[in-house]
Amino acid sequence: MGSESSAREPLLTMTGLRIEGQAGEEWHEIVHGVDVVLHRGEVLGLIGESGAGKSTIGLAAMGFARPGCRLTGGDIVFDGVELRSAPRDHNRALRGARIAYVAQSAAAAFNPAHRLIDQFTEAPVRHRVKSRAAAEADAKDLYGRLRLPEPEKIGYRYPHQVSGGQLQRAMVAMAMACRPDLIVFDEPTTALDVTTQIEVLAAVKDVIRQLDTAAIYISHDLAVVAQMADRIMVLRHGNLVEEGTSDSIVNRPEQEYTQRLLAVRTYRKPVAEPAQEEPLLRIEGIAARYRRSARVLEGVDLDIGRQRTVAIVGESGSGKSTLARVVTGLLPPEEGRLVFDGDVLAPALARRPREQLRRLQMIHQMPDTALNPRQRTRDIIGRPLTFYSGLHGRGREDRVRELLTMVELEPEEFIDRYPAELSGGQKQRVCIARALAAEPDLIICDEVTSALDQLVAERVLQLLQRLQDELGVSYMFITHDFATVRAISDEIVVMFQGRIVEQGARNDVLTPPHHEYTDLLLSSVPEMKIGWLDRTLAARAKQETGGDEASKRGIPTAHS
Amino acid sequence: MRETLKHLRKSPWSARFGLLVVGFYVFVAIFGPLLTPYGESEIVGFEYEPWGAEFLLGTDNLGRDMLTRLIYGARNTIGIAFLTTLLAFLIGCVAGFLAAVVGGWTEQGISRVNDILMAIPQLIFALLILTIAGTSIPVLVVVIAVLDSTRVYRLARAVAMNIVVMDYVEVARLRGEGLWWIMRSEVLPNALPPLVAEFGLRFCFVFLLLSALSFLGLGIQPPTADWGSMVRDNATLITFGDFTPILPAASIALLTIGVNFIVDWLLHKSSGLKDG
Repeated sequence: MGSESSAREPLLTMTGLRIEGQAGEEWHEIVHGVDVVLHRGEVLGLIGESGAGKSTIGLAAMGFARPGCRLTGGDIVFDGVELRSAPRDHNRALRGARIAYVAQSAAAAFNPAHRLIDQFTEAPVRHRVKSRAAAEADAKDLYGRLRLPEPEKIGYRYPHQVSGGQLQRAMVAMAMACRPDLIVFDEPTTALDVTTQIEVLAAVKDVIRQLDTAAIYISHDLAVVAQMADRIMVLRHGNLVEEGTSDSIVNRPEQEYTQRLLAVRTYRKPVAEPAQEEPLLRIEGIAARYRRSARVLEGVDLDIGRQRTVAIVGESGSGKSTLARVVTGLLPPEEGRLVFDGDVLAPALARRPREQLRRLQMIHQMPDTALNPRQRTRDIIGRPLTFYSGLHGRGREDRVRELLTMVELEPEEFIDRYPAELSGGQKQRVCIARALAAEPDLIICDEVTSALDQLVAERVLQLLQRLQDELGVSYMFITHDFATVRAISDEIVVMFQGRIVEQGARNDVLTPPHHEYTDLLLSSVPEMKIGWLDRTLAARAKQETGGDEASKRGIPTAHS
Repeated sequence: MRETLKHLRKSPWSARFGLLVVGFYVFVAIFGPLLTPYGESEIVGFEYEPWGAEFLLGTDNLGRDMLTRLIYGARNTIGIAFLTTLLAFLIGCVAGFLAAVVGGWTEQGISRVNDILMAIPQLIFALLILTIAGTSIPVLVVVIAVLDSTRVYRLARAVAMNIVVMDYVEVARLRGEGLWWIMRSEVLPNALPPLVAEFGLRFCFVFLLLSALSFLGLGIQPPTADWGSMVRDNATLITFGDFTPILPAASIALLTIGVNFIVDWLLHKSSGLKDG
């Protein structure tokens, strides 16, 4: 195959790709014959929910299968060579040099014991593409192009000394080191805050455009993929659902599943007038710090009314989770007090009477770790019933079944299951049922949907809303996701660096004029529109010419 | 029950061999009095009689039947070792879980006391205390259990540390659950697999320590039969080329190997992420 003809041929063709995964002792097919074609300089988006096989397909593009997976069928042709039958050494020479991979969590992918630049130069030196000195010079150039601060110096830092967004960009630079023909991006911005995400997206988009690199961009967020990709493949359960240009997928989706993915986040709670009565929970002048650290909360005042949902929004490091810890009593505040239904709450958990604990429940972010893996659903939901209401035997069993029905789980099917036998959404429903078992007045929801797929998350939000209408509970809803906020809140509290910067009724906060920081947050949320990223960046550049906007405003750069 | 059988059917040959050995020992220990032709410390013949029809494995230095004493030895040594290990785990796990769940000064306190106990060589410490406190069986059990619980504490605390940071423990705290509930219902079931495996290993060590103490004359006291002292009492026979004294030692070795095979299998299983 001559090099002239290869310029017009696709860079990568995967035909009839079949991949099996191991569950216990048995192998199951997880990718059922998917075809992928990628041309030089093209960006292909792979989108789907967890279990769609998108990461597995992304890795297969390198001729690689994760431990516990194996490639069982199909051809993977990269630049004219079939990778599955190619000798090991050929593939090894390819990886890192001609095909590179950017992992979801840069923090986990970097070796914490070496400086960034040492890890950058490793691949080009090893593949004999560049000398060490040339690679270092190149690293500084790429750091600059990716708009990292102090590109000359940042390479000499260790991974823990830079922020999550910077680390992710350093990882992109590393993938670029050998000027590969293809880069596989596996959810590179999923772990980042929206304001950081937009910077990383912009930098990545610029660099792949400048260097004319082909890319496979994997994400569960269609709005993000629409900004990055020329062409999108929608995957589900290891099958291709729909394929087309980004424009046609976003604006003219043909399949019902794609339409559902697009319609996600359109749910809105109807506007409800606040009742003019005493709030259920009044938070007064709370200030708190973790042992020997600087203050993470400063002068926080807010009210949560009965049957109201107050969304606390902010980026990581804004203190929103700390506020939840203060309210629950896990972290006694330094100043201020909490008034719950007219009574002052004791600062420390141990001092609060059981009746108060019952009325204030919490649902955690990760349902995987919030359920004891050794307890069945019956015991998980039944324990608060015994503990708070003294229910036993038949009465308890009946109530557990009732609660399961309330969270839309079939009692017969789910009451005897262990958490490992539940899906993510089902686990979160069990967590909700456990909180409801206490018959609380206020439930603190700490990012309850962020670990779930979008379609599942949407249904969980609707469930929470229905429960509020039926039971009249109040929610203190902690989240970084504006789509969730729009969907479920009555009031919004925006936090930044431990302080409240803006609060008010939902529509007041969401309609301009915004506070400066709210505006930055809102404008950073990806929209399901082609060209949104370019337009937003252009608008920002016009607003303040030059400079890194986020760093100017002193946005915290948290380690993710 | 069916689960257990399913696991058994998939077990490797080494684990089956181990189960067979341990099962045989337990059988012998329980039905000892029915299996033996003579009483435990009954003198039935002359000293050091050779193997024969009357005394299958000959007699010992006082003219007691060797086989009878071996069987009674199984009973005594295994029983006491089991009891001691159980006590060691009770102490170690309660202290370890407590340290992990409460944290702070409680953890520091328990851990430093534990360090002090661990700093002194175990055998020498045991010898010292037994010489002072006497060598009755209850004292023996308590002393070895306390010394061994230091190792159990380390493991239990380390395992529990990884569990107490889980959200479900926080949920229990927020619910207002007491310390005991958290330790028993949230921590213990999740810490069990590595602890069970460790139990097998520690049982071997306790068993060996017990035998070593008996050999040194500070363990189980005569006329109670036990394998450690049987080796010592009959050691002189070896010089005459008779390997009868090796038999109690071989019994110890076989049991240790058997238990280890089972432990290996359990460890392998508990380290796998496949089983919920």
